[in-house]
Amino acid sequence: MDPVILFFLLGLVAGLARSDLRLPPAIYELLSILLLLTIGLKGGVELAQQPIGAILPQAVAVVLMGTAFPLVVYPLLRFPGRLDRPNAASIAAHYGSVSVATYAVGVTYLAGVGVGFEAHLALFLVLLEMPAIMVGILLARGVSRDTKWGRLTHEIFLGKSIVLLLGGLIIGWVAGPEGIEPLEPLFFESFKGVLALFLLEMGLIAASQSRALRESGLVLVAFGALAPVPLAVCGAVLGWAIGLSPGGTTMLAVLAGSASYIAAPAAMRIAVPEANPALSLTASLGVTFPFNIFIGIPIYLAIANWLHG
Amino acid sequence: MTGEKRTLLTIVTEAALENELTGVLPRLGAGGYTIVNARGRGSRGVRDAGWTSDSNIRVEVICDPETADRISAHLREHYYRDYAMILYLSDVAVLRPEKF
Repeated sequence: MDPVILFFLLGLVAGLARSDLRLPPAIYELLSILLLLTIGLKGGVELAQQPIGAILPQAVAVVLMGTAFPLVVYPLLRFPGRLDRPNAASIAAHYGSVSVATYAVGVTYLAGVGVGFEAHLALFLVLLEMPAIMVGILLARGVSRDTKWGRLTHEIFLGKSIVLLLGGLIIGWVAGPEGIEPLEPLFFESFKGVLALFLLEMGLIAASQSRALRESGLVLVAFGALAPVPLAVCGAVLGWAIGLSPGGTTMLAVLAGSASYIAAPAAMRIAVPEANPALSLTASLGVTFPFNIFIGIPIYLAIANWLHG
Repeated sequence: MTGEKRTLLTIVTEAALENELTGVLPRLGAGGYTIVNARGRGSRGVRDAGWTSDSNIRVEVICDPETADRISAHLREHYYRDYAMILYLSDVAVLRPEKF
């Protein structure tokens, strides 16, 4: 098991045992900034070395997948799951959107087993954050005049994760490999250390969700554990169909199987205030995130390898 | 102590609302406000500021009683149902009344 995952476990155990361990919010903020910028920069540097035109059709396919996911998840939560409309829509948005930390763990996992992947997956990470949130808001609100789309678009497109990922991509793309070199010690070489600390905090946060987990009932726990694999299989099949390498296919599966817990909660809290944030966070952070980093990612690699024969 | 009477309106609510409130308060007549990060416990559970969606803010506005009433009515109507929010009013004495 990769040591970074053990840091998540440490946070989880410390949190459950009510240790007084906590990261100052400003440090957590800094770690997430470093993580997002590093992923962006890395993608940008590699993007600079390949023609953009070839990526465009793939990008369109990926955005369509992000749009379709909430439409599939919503009826499942609404009817067999018996959730009300705002909550079903909010959770659907979380699962259509993606998790940066899961992506980062996927990156270290593939590096550990020596599998390479296309750098423009970082671009897909950016593209997959947004559409599901839009669809989720539409599912909850319908097309009504009351929705303040201007404010929401601002919230979604200028949310810090998008700004940092996209900003990193552009800086990496403009600067190129030589330009980025002086920044490598901070961003690339310390990536695993930053990720380890970030996951420690994630473990603490996941532990704080445990009470909500007991209150929110079996439906959400079951959903959080059962949703990732089918969604990831869709991602893997799409990755294979659009001609990604086995590593790229794995990473698209990781993205598809992951659920957002930063961008989506922030947008949903403002856009769909009736939805209970504890429900969606319990599922995405309390169940799906640990599932993916402990069990999911190796399964997705196996699926990708199987698809590629 | 001397000074003129004003109302201190204190709002404890979710950090997610900060942008909303900073837009709404001046429009409702608040001349200024002070925001601090907060954590605590209430009917919506422990909000321990572990991260953004668990964080609270405390907003303080000093204004005349009419403005305080207007702001409280607006907040009650728009945010009480769906957000964690506590409002309270107190009398304060200010030394430079023209500022409030």
